[in-house]
Amino acid sequence: MDHRFKISRREAWLGTGLAVLNFVWWYAFAYGLGSKPVKEYTYILGLPAWFFYSCVAGFLLFSFLVFLMVTFLFKEVPFDEPEEKEKERVR
Amino acid sequence: MNANWQVIVPLIAFLVLMFLVGMYTARAARGSEGFLQDYFLGGRHLGGFVLALTMVATYGSASSFIGGPGIAYNMGLGWVLLSMAQLVTGYFTLAVLGKKFAIIARKINAVTLIDFLKARYESKWVVILAAASISIFLFSATAAQWVGGGRLIESFTGVSYGVALFIFSFSVLVYVIAGGFRAVVITDTLMGIVMFVGTLVILAGTIIAGHGVPTIIHKLSIENPNLITPFGADHSLSPLYVSSFWLLVGIGVVGLPQIAVRAMSYRNSKAMHQAMIIGTFVVGFIMLGMHLTGVFARVVMPGITVGDKVMPLLALKVLPEWLAGIVLAAPLAAVMSTVNSILLIVSSSIVKDVYINYIKPDASEAHIKKLSFSVTAAIGVLVFLAAIKPPDLLIWLNLFSFGGLEASFIWPVVLGLYWKRGNASGALSSILVGVLSYIALDQFYPNAFGMHTVVLPVLLSLIAYIVGSLLFAKKHPLSELL
Repeated sequence: MDHRFKISRREAWLGTGLAVLNFVWWYAFAYGLGSKPVKEYTYILGLPAWFFYSCVAGFLLFSFLVFLMVTFLFKEVPFDEPEEKEKERVR
Repeated sequence: MNANWQVIVPLIAFLVLMFLVGMYTARAARGSEGFLQDYFLGGRHLGGFVLALTMVATYGSASSFIGGPGIAYNMGLGWVLLSMAQLVTGYFTLAVLGKKFAIIARKINAVTLIDFLKARYESKWVVILAAASISIFLFSATAAQWVGGGRLIESFTGVSYGVALFIFSFSVLVYVIAGGFRAVVITDTLMGIVMFVGTLVILAGTIIAGHGVPTIIHKLSIENPNLITPFGADHSLSPLYVSSFWLLVGIGVVGLPQIAVRAMSYRNSKAMHQAMIIGTFVVGFIMLGMHLTGVFARVVMPGITVGDKVMPLLALKVLPEWLAGIVLAAPLAAVMSTVNSILLIVSSSIVKDVYINYIKPDASEAHIKKLSFSVTAAIGVLVFLAAIKPPDLLIWLNLFSFGGLEASFIWPVVLGLYWKRGNASGALSSILVGVLSYIALDQFYPNAFGMHTVVLPVLLSLIAYIVGSLLFAKKHPLSELL
């Protein structure tokens, strides 16, 4: 298989993994903290804590995680067809 | 609302700017890669910033700026929570379609999503079914956006709906026809910036007008405590229902042709990496900011009954007039950028996928060029006519164009890329099962098991893809592409 396809497959799984994490974070804070009676809510920057963590912090955190993932785990590959020699070298 | 020149002038300035950009890029659009590649794809030269913003602008439509915040106004923070399912679109689509899609698209010289399906499945029926599904669903989606664009101009300027619609259609068509994909992505980028700045300005204006976030939240909880829970004002947003939107407006977006085509148009892998970072941030910011503004608006401007009027009225109330004009350009930008990309997709699937593939493969470049312009113009005029007095069928089709396209294409695209044994029989059954089960469920059992209607058809089309592929494996040789 073209080595670039292996990289691509790996990155597709990484993206899927991050999406799963993103969902878990979003769900756990929203319904974990948000299911309490409103009287017991705590507030951060004026917003209910469940909302702050799930939506505001989650947004910032996952934007940052995307940055980390792309910078450290994603590889740059050429898109045009590699010359035969390069193919040999890669093998 | 009477004509309000301090709002209209910035709006017109915005339209003229878009017009000039379209004309300018049209002249620049004489690349080396031939007319088709250039007109429909911009010649695969998108950098990271432009790629990110064109994806955000294509994806963010009237609903992100007008409809969504209007619902948030009535539902409270629970709807903001739901809208944040869209954060994942910023990175998921590009990560999953990723480099493989870009590499294969280059190898087979693909310009549209259907080019890819054609090369991958080598089946006339897959191509025709896909082209039909794209034309029908996207045409109705465009018409609905078109209506939205006309209504927006009508409500800001005070001109009649017919005139507003004409202004809107004229400006969209001019630059789409003149500039093709490249003009569209450049204007998309400008519109993305307008959308971002507009969100920032109106959110800040609303918080100031409401005397700070703690005061606003406190007043909301006094009015109805449910407004600040994740469950919605009337307690109708169950966790399962809200979660199912991750499929409809989150990861399912991979299957939308107007998004997928962007995932083959970037310059190199660096551009893709940058686009993921920028796109995630921008889409998250716009969704969070706009929907939160909608909720806060409830305190600043209580008593609005029509959800769609919340944002226009709010902008006029909390901002100086000239600034309101610029902020109101944001939803217009969102509508226009969605419409122009869809227009291009529909005309490309007619000209390229059907006409050149099956009717006249040896058409000359000049002929194709003339045809592309006239088909784009003809579709534009048709949409304009449909939008003047939208027929019921159109409204009905638009309601599930998003889910319908996702149910059709998500598996033929994603599994087509990564599963070697997927084949034409699988793709055909997947498209058919996806669309038909979506229509049937929508009619007879909407929101099955408390989830959005799109969930089951997506699962069924997955099963259909796998079963179809395995069952008829002997009929199809393994694709050389992968």
